[in-house]
Amino acid sequence: MLPITAFIALLLSGCSDNKAQAQRKIQGIVYCAEANPVSFNPQVTTTGSTIDIIANQLYNTLISIDPLTAEFRPELATGWEISEDGKQITFTLRKDVTFHNTDYFTPTRTMTADDVVFSFNRLFDVYNPFHFVGDANYPYFQSVGMDQLIRQIVKVDDYTVRFELFSSESSFLSNIATDFAVILSQEYAMQLVAQERKQDFDMLPVGTGPYKYKGFLRDNLIRYHKHPDYWKHDLAMDQLVYDITTNNTSRIAKMLTKECDITAHPSATQLETLAARKDIRVDKAVNLNVGYWAFNTEKPPFDNVLVRKALAHSIDFQKIMKAVFYGNGIQARSILPPSSWAFQTQAMPSYDPERAREFLAQAGYPDGFEMDLWAMPVSRIYNPNARKMAELIQSDLREIGIRATIVEYEWNTFLERVGRHEHDSVLLGWAADTPDPDNFFSPLLSCTATFSGKNPANWCNPEFDLLLTQALDTSDLQQRKQFYQQAQQMLIAELPVVPIAHGMRFQASNTSVMGIELRPFGGISLANARKN
Amino acid sequence: MFADFLFRRLSLLLFMLFALTAFTFALNYLFPGDLLTNFSGELNANFSQTQILEQKYHIDDNLLIQYQAFLVRLFEGDWGLSLSSGQAVFGHVKQLFPATIELCVYALIMALCLGIPAGVIASAYHNKWPDKVISSLTLLGFSIPVFWLALLLIMIFCLSLGWFPMSGRIGLLYEIPPVTNFILLDIWLHDFPYGGQAFADALHHLTLPTVVLAMYPTTVLVRFTRDSMLTVLEQNYIKTARAKGLNRRQLILDHALRNALLPVIKQIGLQFSTLITLAMVTEVIFSWPGIGRWMIESIYQRDYPAIQGGLLAVSFFVIFANMLADVIHTLLDPLARNQAHGKV
Repeated sequence: MLPITAFIALLLSGCSDNKAQAQRKIQGIVYCAEANPVSFNPQVTTTGSTIDIIANQLYNTLISIDPLTAEFRPELATGWEISEDGKQITFTLRKDVTFHNTDYFTPTRTMTADDVVFSFNRLFDVYNPFHFVGDANYPYFQSVGMDQLIRQIVKVDDYTVRFELFSSESSFLSNIATDFAVILSQEYAMQLVAQERKQDFDMLPVGTGPYKYKGFLRDNLIRYHKHPDYWKHDLAMDQLVYDITTNNTSRIAKMLTKECDITAHPSATQLETLAARKDIRVDKAVNLNVGYWAFNTEKPPFDNVLVRKALAHSIDFQKIMKAVFYGNGIQARSILPPSSWAFQTQAMPSYDPERAREFLAQAGYPDGFEMDLWAMPVSRIYNPNARKMAELIQSDLREIGIRATIVEYEWNTFLERVGRHEHDSVLLGWAADTPDPDNFFSPLLSCTATFSGKNPANWCNPEFDLLLTQALDTSDLQQRKQFYQQAQQMLIAELPVVPIAHGMRFQASNTSVMGIELRPFGGISLANARKN
Repeated sequence: MFADFLFRRLSLLLFMLFALTAFTFALNYLFPGDLLTNFSGELNANFSQTQILEQKYHIDDNLLIQYQAFLVRLFEGDWGLSLSSGQAVFGHVKQLFPATIELCVYALIMALCLGIPAGVIASAYHNKWPDKVISSLTLLGFSIPVFWLALLLIMIFCLSLGWFPMSGRIGLLYEIPPVTNFILLDIWLHDFPYGGQAFADALHHLTLPTVVLAMYPTTVLVRFTRDSMLTVLEQNYIKTARAKGLNRRQLILDHALRNALLPVIKQIGLQFSTLITLAMVTEVIFSWPGIGRWMIESIYQRDYPAIQGGLLAVSFFVIFANMLADVIHTLLDPLARNQAHGKV
């Protein structure tokens, strides 16, 4: 028995370590992330979890967007000038910006126009040695059509770069300010070419951000060290470590045991437990996103607007907000979230089974019909539980005589099949990458999106497309607003999609951590984060 | 005599290894999916790559040659690539296995330090209260499922009291370069500016997983030591010693213990296979970056090359550990050698 008591005493004495830990000099922030990054270069992915981890910590962009005023801010470019016709944009670059000095690369020069030209050329220029490295797939820039827009990128002098466009487009600057438009080191790229290790380019990153890459152990951790010569400030901690914890509950538990300083995406049901603790702060951020129900408008009976109206009137939005969002979301009043500058409240279809039945009868389906309802298998900000939402809608539809079958596939298969328009109707959503309203319309509902398999409503309306083009062609904000408001009205009148809700983005952090920037669009920035 | 025994053991070992590798080799055919992918872990190989792989794996030759090529690759450390990470399976095994062994070794040391003394005490106070307390605690520990115990301890000591961390080997901010992969040794080897704190932190992380993993072998050792001591204490030479007037301490420590421990040593070796199995569960619960957690993860992801590699490594290890315990036991106990021959 004695040894057991002795051992317990020993264990208990271990607890006095708590004090030592509080005083420890080792500095750093531990962030519990929900997934492994798929790459270390934001150019080649749009995966939200990956962007959160890599974009703002390792890299800088030419310009950024102020999350409050939505104005452009200088970053690596100190200024920019747009020519009269809007086809030439000239950036003046910041001097003395140093790239990361890592185990695998020692920079000999600071950032110049060559790096900027190289970074963007990789995306568009088939002669760039890195264009075909990886899958030659640059999802964000390809989906917004930037490759069709840029004629060439010219180095004017060492610190001036000019983008020449085929036509002027008002969302160009917003796209240059996304997390995907990072500046990479040309010198590093050339070194890899010389060493014949081109494939390492996206996995061993070199950027200009506040932290530099140190190591990545799959399913385990990612370690960043401080970039000592960061051009902006000296706030960075010695280390930034990402603890990869895919299990939702484990992540919250680690937050409670203080193994994490910051935790990504706690689920709505866990918020109460977290909020009850004094040492944990729960941040809610309005995020530019929308969860919607899209109908395959090319398939009968969904090609009939009366049927779409009947379906829209049949669902009880209040119930969905309560059961799926737990009160942590806003009911949609348009496809645009209220924080967007082009937002205008629309007369949304209300819950009214009587009217729904009337519309059905008018459309020639007094006895209803059978349909598929696809529910996405993963939780997203704009729809934390699509399965549950689908079940609620299913029971609402039964009220008006429509028999809906819920269909689920593995996430990638799901997206692929939706892209091939195999569905009747689908619950999906969209989170914006820029505050520009076009980001909600063009990638989701334009005709080009239909061809590239992105338009889940399979809806191609030339009138609507014209509105979008007109909005992009002008840089007069008032005029753009008008075009977008017309577009929103048209969507509610035609209902290719029923906007359901805008979700909130949540994050839990230890109260000793300050300066976390949770952006309403794009990823999270820990560039200014520090721990007291 | 001993050489003869060793020879028998080694031939048995060889046969076991043959059976094991043959089984692993067969798995490539038994797993669903493309044979070449199962062998190499190379997904979406293009035409020229496929041809190179076909040559390397002797796909067009008969099974014996394929098996031979498989053995050669095995010894060269070419265990294919993991389907989920795209990195060499052997590299993963080399990196992760020491963490598992570390956990098992600490648990075994703890089990020895607690189990043997507790067993001795129980036998010394046979049928008195210490014996009863120890026996009932042992029964309790023996009956608790390891995952349940782990969750219980996490709930009490991590979440409610906040005394211990619940995952990993060390605070992630301590950057310890792996040399031996035994975390405490590595901290000691590496001249780390926060060495003392890192050491304390590592111990802190080790405590709960070690306690959980040690529970089962401890209870087994307590019971074995107790039973074996009781048998020895019944022997005539002990009675003689007692008649000579030796006190209890002398009787047990000087006369009974050495003989009583012999069967216990054999038991320690046998515990290793159970220990590795339990370690897998423990690793998953405590996010311990060992081979068990990796294998379970691989099974989820249908990562066949990784499953094969993990299986081979773990089975090799268990077989060797058992053999080693057997040999050591025989070295210490000459009687066992005769039994091993089937002679009297």
